[in-house]
Amino acid sequence: MVSLMPLQRSNHRWLMLFENDIAALWITLRLALITALALLMVGTPLAWWLANSRWRYKAVIEAAVALPLVLPPTVIGFYLLVAMGPDGPIGQFTNWLGVRPLAFSFTGLVLGSVVYSLPFVVQPLQSTFSGIGRAPLEVAATLGARPLDRFLTIVVPLSRSGYLTAAVLGFAHTLGEFGVVLMIGGNIPGQTQVLSIAIYDHVESLEYASAHWLAGSLLVFSFFLLLIVYGLNRRFDMVKV
Amino acid sequence: MTIRANVSLSRGAFTLQAQFEAPGQGVTAVFGRSGSGKSTLLRALAGLETPQPGGAISVNGVTWLGQGINVPVHQRRVGYVFQEPGLFPHLCVRGNLEYALKRSVGRGAQRGGRDGVQGDVQGDVQRGVPAFDEVTALLGLENFLWRNPVTLSGGEKQRVAIARALLSSPALLLMDEPLAALDLHSKEEILPFLDRLFASAGIPVLYVSHAPDEVARLADHLLLMEEGTVLAQGPLADVLGRVDSPLARTDEAFSVIHCDIVELDGPCHLSVLSTAAGDRVYVPRITAGQRQDIRLRINARDVSLCNQRPVGSSILNILQATITQLSASDNKGQQLIQLRLAGSDELLLARISEYSCQQMGLINGMDIYCQIKAIALLC
Repeated sequence: MVSLMPLQRSNHRWLMLFENDIAALWITLRLALITALALLMVGTPLAWWLANSRWRYKAVIEAAVALPLVLPPTVIGFYLLVAMGPDGPIGQFTNWLGVRPLAFSFTGLVLGSVVYSLPFVVQPLQSTFSGIGRAPLEVAATLGARPLDRFLTIVVPLSRSGYLTAAVLGFAHTLGEFGVVLMIGGNIPGQTQVLSIAIYDHVESLEYASAHWLAGSLLVFSFFLLLIVYGLNRRFDMVKV
Repeated sequence: MTIRANVSLSRGAFTLQAQFEAPGQGVTAVFGRSGSGKSTLLRALAGLETPQPGGAISVNGVTWLGQGINVPVHQRRVGYVFQEPGLFPHLCVRGNLEYALKRSVGRGAQRGGRDGVQGDVQGDVQRGVPAFDEVTALLGLENFLWRNPVTLSGGEKQRVAIARALLSSPALLLMDEPLAALDLHSKEEILPFLDRLFASAGIPVLYVSHAPDEVARLADHLLLMEEGTVLAQGPLADVLGRVDSPLARTDEAFSVIHCDIVELDGPCHLSVLSTAAGDRVYVPRITAGQRQDIRLRINARDVSLCNQRPVGSSILNILQATITQLSASDNKGQQLIQLRLAGSDELLLARISEYSCQQMGLINGMDIYCQIKAIALLC
């Protein structure tokens, strides 16, 4: 007991110091998970449409989806912030609905992250969907499977590797987000302050040890996440029958 | 009990304009060169291609396509065997078969009930509730139900694909060159299964092929296709026997005749068969276990004609016949002669030179002897 006392006291101090960091970590994980799930739901129909549509102006949509790959995140964040403002379309929509504005809120962060990480989910899905081709779906149709049935029983299982890649990229890319979140979220500790911003704050105030702790965890975590994806994807390699 | 179709569609430079009527039972071969539109016709029947308005498809009284009706693929009671087996790689063999079985019950019962189809009930397959064990036994799949399709040979995969199509409870089985992608060995392996299937299933089959051997062996009825249209249709022997069909114009013209077995262990490694008229036919020895009804394919170019019964010839097979039709001479100075075997309705084609024809004074109704140089056994 006697020997434990100072240790406990120091633990307590340690927890006090890192309370904000823990909150930021929790917000980041929650944001990444919700964003990844939302992206899979939005990305699936979009990617399916892109993979199968013969619409003449499909390239316009493809280019729009790919924009976040090339634009500085601050640009996306800036325009989203303007849109969420009282005069922007999203702001007017939330006003019409009678809910609080999305700017500087967690929901706003999710919306921004979905836009920002869209290509990381849509592109792997689109490429697996295209890779499946029409043949298995035609076979399933002649066996009496309805369109939704065909999608769920043939396309989804044959796209396992694409879904895994899409989910992890969507998740991991959201983990490392900075510019969009800073613009939309406004760095409110405990509400919209995510890990990457917390690290930046630590560095700004020369708390290098804390920055190390957070940055290192994020590095190791992201690496293992990607390792799992690439390791599993090898096992999922399909042989055509 | 008929399959009626009238479909037109264009894909780029190709135009399909096919109209036909096939019997609602037995095997109808769709024969023609590559690019003649055989596969496109099958795809249109299944609903995988959308034909131009005004078309019609009905199968044994059920309308699939017509005025204001276009039944979607998954609601047509069609079994489709593609050239590539197309097994689902994420399911084992049993999983592939059950995929079809699960969806067949609703489809079979629903459509049968609504349209009041009263098929001639021949086996469980026709009743819309195909028996899993029966089908797997028919195609010899009992031993690899739990295997992954990737590990099967080409012939085995195609057998699974055929079983899967049967288990979907089809009212019409469409087979698009199911043997074309297989090597000779796998073909030989799968043909007996097809014989058994066609003999027992009682479902009408449209069988696309460009291989004369398969057509001669499997089909009862024949549709000849060329450049997207159906040029000739009818019972196999009738269509094959025509001297003016596109097939007759090629070097591949052939006829099919039926024989009974007289003696399996004949002299000098031969088996002895007899035609309906009782003429003897000698063929290389047939092994036991093959079926009783023997089909022989005889190429028109392997038949020569004699005014009198030839004496002292090395050719063993000499059949008596009557000339029923002579074609005009083609640009190589060859004529095609249609003959009816004495005492039967079976037709035989002979390709001879215009010069011999004139020298021998061949005319309709003349009795003649046919010397047959080569015979292909189809059993």
